[in-house]
Amino acid sequence: MPAVQETIDRVKAIDVDQYKYGFETILEVDKAPKGLSEDIIRFISAKKGEPAWMLDWRLDAYKRWQTMQEPNWARVSYDKIDYNDIYYYAAPKLNAAPKSLDEVDPEILKAYEKLGIPLREQEILAGVEPTNRVAVDAVFDSVSVATTFKKELAEAGVIFCSISEAIREHPELVRKYLGTVVPVTDNFFATLNAAVFTDGTFVYVPKGVRCPMELSTYFRINEKNTGQFERTLIIADEGSYVSYLEGCTAPQRDENQLHAAVVELIALDDAEIKYSTVQNWYPGDANGKGGIYNFVTKRGDCRGKNSVITWTQVETGSAITWKYPSCILRGDGSRGEFYSIAVSNGMQQVDSGTKMIHLGKNTTSRIISKGISAGRSQNTYRGLVSAHRKASGARNFTNCDSLLIGNQCGAHTVPYIESKNASAVFEHEATTSKISEDQLFYCMQRGLDEEEATALIVNGFVKDVIQKLPMEFAVEAQKLIAISLEGSVG
Amino acid sequence: MIEIKNLVAEIEGKRILDGLNLTIHDGEVAAIMGPNGSGKSTLSYIIAGKEDYEILDGEVLLDGENVLEMEPSERAAAGVFLAFQYPLEIPGVATMTFLKAALNAQRRAREETELTTPEFMKAVQDAAGKLEIPRDMLKRALNVGFSGGEKKRMEILQMALLEPRFCILDETDSGLDIDALRVVSEGVNALRAPNRSFLVITHYQRLLQYIVPDTVHVMANGKIMRSGGKELAEELEANGYADYKAQEAA
Repeated sequence: MPAVQETIDRVKAIDVDQYKYGFETILEVDKAPKGLSEDIIRFISAKKGEPAWMLDWRLDAYKRWQTMQEPNWARVSYDKIDYNDIYYYAAPKLNAAPKSLDEVDPEILKAYEKLGIPLREQEILAGVEPTNRVAVDAVFDSVSVATTFKKELAEAGVIFCSISEAIREHPELVRKYLGTVVPVTDNFFATLNAAVFTDGTFVYVPKGVRCPMELSTYFRINEKNTGQFERTLIIADEGSYVSYLEGCTAPQRDENQLHAAVVELIALDDAEIKYSTVQNWYPGDANGKGGIYNFVTKRGDCRGKNSVITWTQVETGSAITWKYPSCILRGDGSRGEFYSIAVSNGMQQVDSGTKMIHLGKNTTSRIISKGISAGRSQNTYRGLVSAHRKASGARNFTNCDSLLIGNQCGAHTVPYIESKNASAVFEHEATTSKISEDQLFYCMQRGLDEEEATALIVNGFVKDVIQKLPMEFAVEAQKLIAISLEGSVG
Repeated sequence: MIEIKNLVAEIEGKRILDGLNLTIHDGEVAAIMGPNGSGKSTLSYIIAGKEDYEILDGEVLLDGENVLEMEPSERAAAGVFLAFQYPLEIPGVATMTFLKAALNAQRRAREETELTTPEFMKAVQDAAGKLEIPRDMLKRALNVGFSGGEKKRMEILQMALLEPRFCILDETDSGLDIDALRVVSEGVNALRAPNRSFLVITHYQRLLQYIVPDTVHVMANGKIMRSGGKELAEELEANGYADYKAQEAA
């Protein structure tokens, strides 16, 4: 049919221009030499002014990493990564640590402005109602360049800073929690991260405090051949609540860049953490050249009773996504939720999902995954739901829907279900559908052009998940999905 | 005025329209009747811009402009509206959201200002009231889980809201019980206006008792075989289409 041919032609024509965040910022950069060795790790640790225990932790991780194998079970393929051809540390040259935004290189602020990130507090103050303010931590290549609203958060007792700062200023908290959710040797990429992580965000919400604003981190990879290894640690103490959002972008590059982050969430008794991601790393060009390898370990520990952790993710970027934000439901009555939209187009490969590990009694989990594949992309949902022997009354509901656009892409669903407790109730639903020519024609007959029609249908498909995002980002996410699918229909 | 001139179209090498001519004046309700497979639905799809057909010859002029050269969404903005025989379901998209997106897309295309939310709400609720469409139906995903009658009423609601210049009703009576047929027909009749033309496609004369046409055209084998007034519909009801099929075969 002619329509199919047109789809193919259009997908072929997708080029890098579509990635609107593909600009590069020219900065003076402080870089470590390429490659990975103990010396590099010492260099990073010294740059960060870290205490000895942190350096020892890193060196231990590095030793273990050298004995580990890169995992190969995911449904993705890529050329072997040369870990000695990567810069592990790149930092914009700053005059020591910036005390305020005025000391941050204006080029960096410009870069964030282009990304639409309201880093400058006055802009936020000017434009948004006080209750909707968002505190931002901005990470450029390897270092955090600016954190906003620190003072106000401090008044509420909330610690929101870069992880480097936390290691220096709040070592007792970092030592108590770091690596307790994702152990050093958890997996190849997490271990690598433990050895070389350069920055990231630290959040601590004290007992009974409801964090007064959304917290947000924007990650930006700018330097060539640079890996970004950020580490995020969020602790919600008893009875507290925090909502956190991360956003990610990178310039267009012909080479692949590695992003191997680790995120650890800890929710104590009656605490709740909402973690939302809008990931828009550069996906590579139409032929799969360039793009970010997003190999990320994200895990939340519902450590306390009746604690809640919610992951919401909108994944539109990266050449390869390998990511399974998970919940360990340790506390009795705890709840884990995972809401995901994964959009793949061009030659993107996505292998993503979640793990819900039920350990405590009467724990519940809910998984809503929406995969949208277009172009020649491959989109896999991989999920594990397991109930431990003692997890009586565990309940899970899983719903995985896949939407195909065109006829050269693939959608795959790989659910793993393990139950060692007879009282556990796990439900799994899955559907795969295609946007039909008839649906598109119907919408176009009513006046929508082809892209508006596709966006409308896709937005209907992902609605359940979009509703879970903080208001401010829901609209942004919808637009992002529309942009990612531009030119994908015929 | 709508002028269909010598329209010839094929699908996968099979000729469906074979030199069709038809003129519909402003304010006129024209009915096309014909046996199954005579090309009636194809005609409506081709006017609205569905892709699957190869148009070999002819033109469809709306006030002198050939709509065949426009994208489907441009045709809609120019005032072509097709009430589908089988309206499509759009899961997850609230009917209200869909209506607003469609209306504002058309207004943008015509360089008119978009309606504000209160203006839009009022327009929808007025139209919905007349068609006995309950408010909660507007919050549900478009056509998902709607009964046949609800779907057809929703088509007419869209027609009322979009205020098209040229309305095509493709077998709107199919699947309707007598009460639903009455509501839908009243909805259509309320939209009859001096500057609006209708093309009503149907198998049966029944619909034409409710929506009384100005002209009736018999279509068979991709052509208009005969035209007349509303009495032609009654004649067809009595005699069937056998004559026209035989005529073509001979």
